[in-house]
Amino acid sequence: MQQGTLFNSISLSVGDVTRYLRELLDSDDLLRDVWVMGEVSNASTPASGHLYFTLKDQTATLKCVMWKPQVMRLRFPLRAGMAIEVHGAVSVYEQGGQYQLYADSIRAVGEGALYQEFLLLKNQLEAEGLFDNDRKRALPEMPAKIGIVTSPTGAALQDMLNTLRRRYPLAEVLVSPAAVQGDAAPVEIVAALKRLNADPKVDVILVARGGGSLEDLWAFNDERVVRAVANSRAPVISGVGHETDFTLTDFAADLRAPTPTAAAELATPDRLDMAQRLSELTQRLADSLGSRLDGAAEDCERLRSRLERVSPLGSINNQRQRLDELSLRQAVAWQHRLQYLRVENKGWQQRLAALNPYAVLQRGYAIVSNSEGQVIHSRAQVSEQAVLAIQVSDGKFKVRVTDTRPGEEQ
Amino acid sequence: MKDQTNDDLNGLSYEKAFQELEQIVEKLENNQGTLDESMGLFERGQKLAQHCAGLLEAAELKVQQLDPTTAQKEESAS
Repeated sequence: MQQGTLFNSISLSVGDVTRYLRELLDSDDLLRDVWVMGEVSNASTPASGHLYFTLKDQTATLKCVMWKPQVMRLRFPLRAGMAIEVHGAVSVYEQGGQYQLYADSIRAVGEGALYQEFLLLKNQLEAEGLFDNDRKRALPEMPAKIGIVTSPTGAALQDMLNTLRRRYPLAEVLVSPAAVQGDAAPVEIVAALKRLNADPKVDVILVARGGGSLEDLWAFNDERVVRAVANSRAPVISGVGHETDFTLTDFAADLRAPTPTAAAELATPDRLDMAQRLSELTQRLADSLGSRLDGAAEDCERLRSRLERVSPLGSINNQRQRLDELSLRQAVAWQHRLQYLRVENKGWQQRLAALNPYAVLQRGYAIVSNSEGQVIHSRAQVSEQAVLAIQVSDGKFKVRVTDTRPGEEQ
Repeated sequence: MKDQTNDDLNGLSYEKAFQELEQIVEKLENNQGTLDESMGLFERGQKLAQHCAGLLEAAELKVQQLDPTTAQKEESAS
């Protein structure tokens, strides 16, 4: 039945077959959402930024492609021979006629197992109450001494120091170095924390590490580290890895920061904000004294006007005026008195002059005195031949007594 | 600690100085005390404000690094 076979076999175009295959694969639940484990080979990233590589094991190879946006979120570059697990969907590239894995996420082999371990420990410590919110301590508003546990050579330390320098240079920083990846890291981190807690001036601690693979950050999921952070004397801010990385240390810390830089920011106030607050406070200080002084001045003025109402000042002024008048009157009276005294004095002088015996001499009288200077009042005082002095108005002269017999009176 | 001069604010931390300044402003704003006391408080407040501003201006981050080996010796010694 030649014809029959001819009519029975429908020939499809290449495109039809390829689309059919694609729809078949796309509708398969397993292939739409699958993790594939294998070894990397032929990884290449052309200018487009997309990543092409092949996964292989002993028996087969699988072409893989990852688009640029997902490539940028990769935490490590792919190298040939690397064992990885790739998540994505298996579909068909129609032009190339090949099926391939459209990858959206890549992790190192073993990360899946680590994640299980992580969840287990997280549940256990959570049940213990290690992550409880009421265990979280308040952070100092203005820390005096900031402890940092991190690698002394990492970029994270410089990021944190730069941030602290910019925001809050008032602080002292004590760096307690520790390996932050590798087998020795957990023990070193615990010891570094202990050393910082031994300094009583340290009032906040940053536990930090820059980004890396899940394995790189694994020390921060170590139970010893997590417990040391939870039991730290000084409150702890964790800043481990990138925004999307969560470690158990983050849960145990008093505050989780997405990055080391953010941890330094969360630990400190910003100098500019502080300056702003300070200038506001300084303004309030000036205003408060100003209003205090205004108030005092008002009180003073009120009292002054009250005082004025009850003041004896009016009567004092009256008294003052009266005093002026009295002293004026006194001065006038004194002048009168003085004048009177002067006049009276002149009268006395005249009377005194009248009594002056020498004034009589002017009128022709004379004063007779003996050689002893005694004034002669009587005949009995003289004897014959005695020399007597005669004082007249312009001087003295001498005479001799010739006769002491009583003469005829005139 | 290193230079204790006659200035009694020397060595006073920013936080302490700022807190005291806040208290002084609140006291003054509540208008407590005599005018003399208020003047005294104001003068103290001005000093504190200058001290704080000076600290903000001049501060330089002091960074010190622990040496794990010596620190461990101290630990075992104590």
